[in-house]
Amino acid sequence: MTSRRKSLNSGNPGAALVAAEAAFTRGLYAVAIFVVVLLTAILVTLLIGSRESLGTIGLGFLYGKTWDPVSSEFGALPFLVGTLLTSFLALGISLPFSIAIAVFLGEYFREGALSSFLRSAIDLLAGIPSVIYGFWGLFVLVPLVRSLQLKLGVPPFGVGILTSSLVLSIMIVPYSAALGREVIQLVPSDLKEAALSMGATRSEVIWKVVLPYARSGIFAGVLLSLGRALGETMAVTMVIGNSNFLPRGIFSPANTMASLIANEFAEATEPLYVSSLVEIGLLLFIVTTLVNIIGRQIIKRTAVEV
Amino acid sequence: MESEVLKVEKFGAYFGDTQILKYINLSIPENMVTAIMGPSGCGKTTLIRCVNRMHELITGARVEGRILLCGEDVYKTNPILVRRKVGMVFQKPNPFPTMSIYDNVIAGYKLNGIRLGRGELDRIVEESLQRAALWDEVKDSVHRKGTFLSGGQQQRLCIARALAMNPEVLLLDEPTSALDPKATSRIEELIIELKEYVTIVLVTHNIAQAARVSDLTAFLYLGELVEFGPSEKLFTVPEDKRTEEYLTGKFG
Repeated sequence: MTSRRKSLNSGNPGAALVAAEAAFTRGLYAVAIFVVVLLTAILVTLLIGSRESLGTIGLGFLYGKTWDPVSSEFGALPFLVGTLLTSFLALGISLPFSIAIAVFLGEYFREGALSSFLRSAIDLLAGIPSVIYGFWGLFVLVPLVRSLQLKLGVPPFGVGILTSSLVLSIMIVPYSAALGREVIQLVPSDLKEAALSMGATRSEVIWKVVLPYARSGIFAGVLLSLGRALGETMAVTMVIGNSNFLPRGIFSPANTMASLIANEFAEATEPLYVSSLVEIGLLLFIVTTLVNIIGRQIIKRTAVEV
Repeated sequence: MESEVLKVEKFGAYFGDTQILKYINLSIPENMVTAIMGPSGCGKTTLIRCVNRMHELITGARVEGRILLCGEDVYKTNPILVRRKVGMVFQKPNPFPTMSIYDNVIAGYKLNGIRLGRGELDRIVEESLQRAALWDEVKDSVHRKGTFLSGGQQQRLCIARALAMNPEVLLLDEPTSALDPKATSRIEELIIELKEYVTIVLVTHNIAQAARVSDLTAFLYLGELVEFGPSEKLFTVPEDKRTEEYLTGKFG
């Protein structure tokens, strides 16, 4: 029987289609793998660069409290502490503000001129070069902190952990606020309606329905801003005091890993000195990665299954 | 008629300049199921959302006339207090995904900051779930999240959540429109059982459903109350021509 229908294979564009599809897929694979290769290459470079200090100083690098290039003594603890302290303090200071902004823009003022003005103002905060934050911190925050220190009777350095945390907290607000706003906007309105229909007030809906639902997304924003705070270099270096001793409190001048590298890399001549600075970089890399992995686990655990 | 729980008087509702409801008069008696039926867009959902003052949450919404709940004008009462006395169940089951089944049932108390003892809460949870015919299915997992339940179970959980507040009236806004036939008939049976405890207003576009479960039926068309009366009468010998046309499928 001859069919009036054409064969499925007639004109056969099949082979070309399949080839194009395969090429496309291969292209995607290549790009994805390239990113991994890049990441590995950075890690390997850091490892090779810090070979000398890894071999000479060993694990003592991690808990050594002294950083003295003149006597070739290199310990990373002051900077590890300085980095974690400034970042988490900044996070603590910024969190109430960024959540408040996220709720305000995600729940109260979603539309209108005021809302879009505020949104772009906050996005603008993220776009300001960090050296400008450093300047502002130096001219405005340092005198403020100094007068606070005078009132409290502590040495009036002005610069130090608290000052850097304040600068950092302003710098990271846009990251957590923007993501927080987005996830708060995504909270299904039928859940809010259900709560309202039971006699909840608007603030009760926010505390008991919206924030619990959005918590994992809010945390993702916090993580993003923490990553930013850990690695921030310029603004911190300008207001932290660059003191290579273990900080004694939030008023004490200190130094962070990123800031130390930026300050000392150009003047490092001894191979062990250079290698130790690279190892500081490796440590920063590891800390950032660890924070990310832990954060991701928390996000996964707090995510709302629907 | 017996004592009326809800009385709608000369009631109109608007969104901006659009009039959604026109001069509605309606008396809803205690412990009965009253169905509000009509084609899409006729204002039936708006009508029940005016009862618990949810309508006004949308900007541009406005009402005129009175709605009396147990003799008190809801528009002269704090909406928060009105909503605590009026339970509502929505088209799509919407249990709170962040809360356990237990916490979902007592969500009304938690949201309103009302503190009760553990024993009292346990009693409310068990009683509400039992009334919503869900207790036997979930009694061993009340402290798990409610998200693993089926759609029909989730909707019964929402009914339990509304019943837990001991409302005067339970408003059901097309509660079965997102459910399969089996879950739908469970909910319909439940509605009939529940009128022993609470007065029910059921919004539905499903004529057969209104006929199956309701004692009284109101037919709403283009924002107007066309006909209101005992369901048997309305479904067999409707007075208005539009009701008859709707029932025989000429429009809607």
